[in-house]
Amino acid sequence: MPHPMSSQSAASKPIPKSSGRPNQLFRNLNSKIALTPMMLVAAVVFFGGTVWTVIYSFTNSRLLPRASFVGIDQYERLWASSRWIISIQNLLVYGILSLIFSLVVGFVLAALMDQKIRFESAFRTIFLYPFALSFIVTGLVWQWILNPEFGVQGIVRSLGWTSFTFDPLYNPDIVIYGILIAGLWQGTGLVMCLMLAGLRGIDEDIWKAARVDGIPMWRTYIFVVIPMMRPVFITTLVLIGSGIVKLYDLVVAQTSGGPGNASEVPAKYVYDYMFQAQNLGQGFAASTMMLLTVAIIIVPWAYLEFGGKKRG
Amino acid sequence: MRIRAFAAVLAATAALPCAAQAADLEVTHWWTSGGEAAAVKELATAFDATGNKWVDGAIAGSGSTARPIMISRITGGDPMGATQFNHGRQAEELVQSGLMRDLNDVAEKGKWKDIIKPASLLDSCTFEGKIYCAPVNIHSWQWLWLSNAAFEKIGVPVPKDWNEFVAAGPKLREAGLQPLAVGGSAFQVNGLFDTLVISLGGTELYNKVYKDKDEETAAGPEMAKIFAAADDARKLTKGSNVQDWNQATNLVITGKAGGQIMGDWAQGEFQQAGQVAGKDYTCLPGLGLNQTLTTGGDAIYFPLLEDEEKSKAQEVLAETIVDPKVQVAFNLKKGSVPIRSDVDLAAANDCMKKGIDIIAKGGTAISTDQLVSADTQKQKEDLMSEFFAKESMTPEQAQERFAEIIGSAD
Repeated sequence: MPHPMSSQSAASKPIPKSSGRPNQLFRNLNSKIALTPMMLVAAVVFFGGTVWTVIYSFTNSRLLPRASFVGIDQYERLWASSRWIISIQNLLVYGILSLIFSLVVGFVLAALMDQKIRFESAFRTIFLYPFALSFIVTGLVWQWILNPEFGVQGIVRSLGWTSFTFDPLYNPDIVIYGILIAGLWQGTGLVMCLMLAGLRGIDEDIWKAARVDGIPMWRTYIFVVIPMMRPVFITTLVLIGSGIVKLYDLVVAQTSGGPGNASEVPAKYVYDYMFQAQNLGQGFAASTMMLLTVAIIIVPWAYLEFGGKKRG
Repeated sequence: MRIRAFAAVLAATAALPCAAQAADLEVTHWWTSGGEAAAVKELATAFDATGNKWVDGAIAGSGSTARPIMISRITGGDPMGATQFNHGRQAEELVQSGLMRDLNDVAEKGKWKDIIKPASLLDSCTFEGKIYCAPVNIHSWQWLWLSNAAFEKIGVPVPKDWNEFVAAGPKLREAGLQPLAVGGSAFQVNGLFDTLVISLGGTELYNKVYKDKDEETAAGPEMAKIFAAADDARKLTKGSNVQDWNQATNLVITGKAGGQIMGDWAQGEFQQAGQVAGKDYTCLPGLGLNQTLTTGGDAIYFPLLEDEEKSKAQEVLAETIVDPKVQVAFNLKKGSVPIRSDVDLAAANDCMKKGIDIIAKGGTAISTDQLVSADTQKQKEDLMSEFFAKESMTPEQAQERFAEIIGSAD
């Protein structure tokens, strides 16, 4: 790993102004040298790998990559496949709901936590604890909780309410919500912690000023505090967003895509077709579509966020 | 995704002893259920007796979990000594790209061409005139396993064929039993459907659809009948909330379910549970109708290794596998049929004898694993698992999509 100190000392050195403009290439030379390995890794592994995948998604590669190009055949087949369509729909439902719920619930929890309550650290630990579990463990735990014979349904029925039915994982229409519950349980604690950190970063004086002006607390939160917490929200959005796109292990642990293919997700389609169906081309096409979807969302946002501003 | 496979490979290799002796041979397989594990032990013991050492590389889950791990180990440059695949096309590309070794010398010495029956087993191992795998056993899918206890409970004689079974379905349901048990993983409903095709529709229809890949037949009225039967099966399987095939078999063993359509490997589970064919359970080959079995099964493939001693050990293992004594010991435990007809199977139970009899009479067809590619199988699995889980999907819709898959199959 490059040592952070070296880049700092290099940055603080004055740049000699010999002839007009300084040569941009040699500015901060030390830090640039230190960053070279990382840049190479990024260029070769991330960028190179991505380009290679996109190129081979236009081939009919089966078990092994093979450069025989077939145009957009793989994409036509992909979009004609009902499993892929279901996967996309599931990801949309899961994505939108998990974004909304984890932000809202996380923020409300953080705001409650911020009321100078007793045992705050105990509550914080309890809420954050699920995040320490992997998705596989989370998935298995919730598979048991939602199992109609041993879980919630079984317990309620044994208490006397025998017609009670709650078996989301065995009902194709609502199975994705069963997965959403587990996802929220796992991820909300982290959102809460990030929000709490953001709230703690708000100056006490702002609250005092709001109180002097007689603004009710909920309005202060919505119109003053939340806009001030913009950087925290952006970090949280990125974390939640990447968690949504790579949704895979939770589904595998809870339902393995079932019942039928009602809880399939794009990442699982990619894996299954690449390795089980031995059809790399189809898997590559699916992963390229995933990349494209992310790009469609990220690029305009990044343009709005960073466009026009020169980084100093 | 690759990292996941890579991690699985790492995990698999980390468990192995590092200082491998010259003749240690790691064999990867997915024989992990009770009956299967007992059978593997026979094979391992026989191989150890030759002075070599069998290093067991069992991968839990089903073939669809294990195969990606095996393949990425071979393509990733860390081949095992030998590995299980189903006969057929699963290892096709590995062979084509020269990652596997041929067994011609062993096969010629052991006269495999004369002793291995049916010949289609060896054909599936052959690529450009060379033999690349050693068939271990013959498995057939077309079996209906019935719990005698369940039918006793509802006071109906044990069905003699699929139609009688379907007729008894509502009564089983009324008695609070699961009529037809099936696990959630996709290969099970896919196999169930293929069984309906050959057992109800006949061998000719089966060959037209899967061998000739005739889209018109797949969309035609003969197949429509099969889809109607699949619709019946779908209703009977409703409420079967288990995942693995042996859990479903267990429902039949314990009398909680009326029956299960599963390959003859289920036989091993009944045996492990100490049940007696004809008394505790009944088996109906060909679902009691078309007496034809598909002769798929397992085969051991050998990756190309540089180590000469290991390569020699591979040859010894291949010889061990087709050895008559090993064939008997292995297949009795596993419930499958030996790959050679010149062995003594007096110890076989009723069900196995029925199977051996059918195969000896020539009532065989080639399994779908040999006829269509893994890609086509996966598409069929996707369709069938959707059809069996989604009640709103009509048989007509399913057939339309099935015909498309067959039309583009390879």
